[in-house]
Amino acid sequence: MNTSENNTGLSEANLRRIEQLKAHYQNPQSVLLEALWMWQGEHGWISEEGMRYVANLVGAPHHHVLGVVTFYTMFNRKPVGRHKLEVCTNVSCMLRNSERLLNHLEARLQIKTGETTPDNRFTLVEAECLGSCGTAPAMQVGDRYYENLDTAKVDKILDELK
Amino acid sequence: MEPLLLPPIPDYHRIEVYEAHDGYAMLKKALAMKPVEITNEVKASKLRGRGGACFPTGLKWSFMPRESAKPKYLCVNGDESEPGTFKDRQIFECNPHQLIEGTIIACYAMGIKAAYLYVRGEYKHWIDIVQKAVDDAYAHGYIGQNILGSGFSTEFTVHRGAGAYICGEESSLMNSVEGERGYPRVKPPFPAQNGLWGCPTTINNVETIANIPVILRIGAVAYSKIGAERHPGPILVGVSGHVNKPGVYEMPTGVPLLEIINTYAGGVPGNKKIKAVIPGGSSTMVLRGDALDGVCMDAESLKAAGSAVGTAGVIVMDEDTDLVKVLWRIARFYHHESCGQCTPCREGTGWMEKILKRFVDNNGSYADIDLLRDVANNIEGNTICALGDAAAWPVQSVIRTFRGEFERRVRG
Repeated sequence: MNTSENNTGLSEANLRRIEQLKAHYQNPQSVLLEALWMWQGEHGWISEEGMRYVANLVGAPHHHVLGVVTFYTMFNRKPVGRHKLEVCTNVSCMLRNSERLLNHLEARLQIKTGETTPDNRFTLVEAECLGSCGTAPAMQVGDRYYENLDTAKVDKILDELK
Repeated sequence: MEPLLLPPIPDYHRIEVYEAHDGYAMLKKALAMKPVEITNEVKASKLRGRGGACFPTGLKWSFMPRESAKPKYLCVNGDESEPGTFKDRQIFECNPHQLIEGTIIACYAMGIKAAYLYVRGEYKHWIDIVQKAVDDAYAHGYIGQNILGSGFSTEFTVHRGAGAYICGEESSLMNSVEGERGYPRVKPPFPAQNGLWGCPTTINNVETIANIPVILRIGAVAYSKIGAERHPGPILVGVSGHVNKPGVYEMPTGVPLLEIINTYAGGVPGNKKIKAVIPGGSSTMVLRGDALDGVCMDAESLKAAGSAVGTAGVIVMDEDTDLVKVLWRIARFYHHESCGQCTPCREGTGWMEKILKRFVDNNGSYADIDLLRDVANNIEGNTICALGDAAAWPVQSVIRTFRGEFERRVRG
């Protein structure tokens, strides 16, 4: 996750981008998802403060932003580890043994699915279909996909993610 | 068939390479035609939407008002979240300019000044590829003001989702573009009258739009002769699950399902028998492995077989598959993704998941089988959008064709 120089808002570059994007839509509220993405990119998760800031930025009421944040599953509503491991367990991955991957990750990280390691390095969650069915099993870590996984590959990936 | 959607040309995603292979020539051709001629050409091609519903694309375009006091919009649906579906991702990665070219042609045909490509939030890597292609297309004058000196102008915006299967439903998608929760809207009114911001809107799938330059290049008549007569054209079939070579394969419509599994995808590992196949993504009815003879990958053949072509996401399950567990996982998915607006879906998907879990744990009863079917029947047709039907169909079809799987799991 990037760390913003500005702890209470969005970077200048992101603020400029938001203003540019508003011109692409009939209603500035359309940039809400993008603004939330930016907040999450800079701060790691979307706090109450983040929702109020973004609401003000896009001109939407706070309750609307809360409704949107709670609707879309990719927005973190509480802090997560530096690396969020999202293991797909939907049908195509399930048929190629994603369950074994998830069990392996739980054992190695000594946490249950949904939890974060005490050193705050990893959060482990189950994902719905990632669109990696032809390269299953797969997991997403941040913006990156890891595919055709087995337990050895997963071990190597974990070693690389500091 | 020469690949028309995913040509095996190195670096085809780069604008110079695309241009060197006659890329954007069809945009030039289109801009010299009358808009209505393009829609007529698409109608004559018999192209049907590749997002799941197989609706005739030219007919959909013709629903857009010719004259409109309000602006008109195009949404290109790249939400691609149907389990078993991973084809649009290939277009983003390997052929984004054909998608952009098709989008601008569609905008010209319908008099649209702004297009939004909606891409699921997880596909950030592919969004970056497409955004680069869009930026390059702007720089080369294929998007923006006065495109190629024609006087026609249109804008193109890539809109990132944030994790919601339901946003692939066209009215949810529009709400998501508007910065709302992705709730499906009640129809009518239909998007062509009252869509994005209450304005006339057309929503087409990514693969559908990528077909548009092909139709103009080879001609509607030649296009309509590719593959199955009533559902022609090239189609991207994603094969996953128990096959030796999973992946996306381009082929004409109408290829036998068994040929797709055994020839294109290299057959089932260990030469095991096929127990079941989901032919078109998780929303389509499950087919028995011993009933695949003569079933082909097109809308009419799969309909006759009791299923649907859907998004052409073929999921293959070998004889050792625990089908009840697969069905439970699918039910869990729909429960998770139900938007919660309609009671039958919000509650029913959860009940189905719970009942199926009892069978997974060998703890079901004979009455549970009937209860499960009853819940599915009461979801189907009783919701605003098709997610309810999509949740009900796999359950109904597995109870009908694999009842023994449940009876074996009844507690002793």
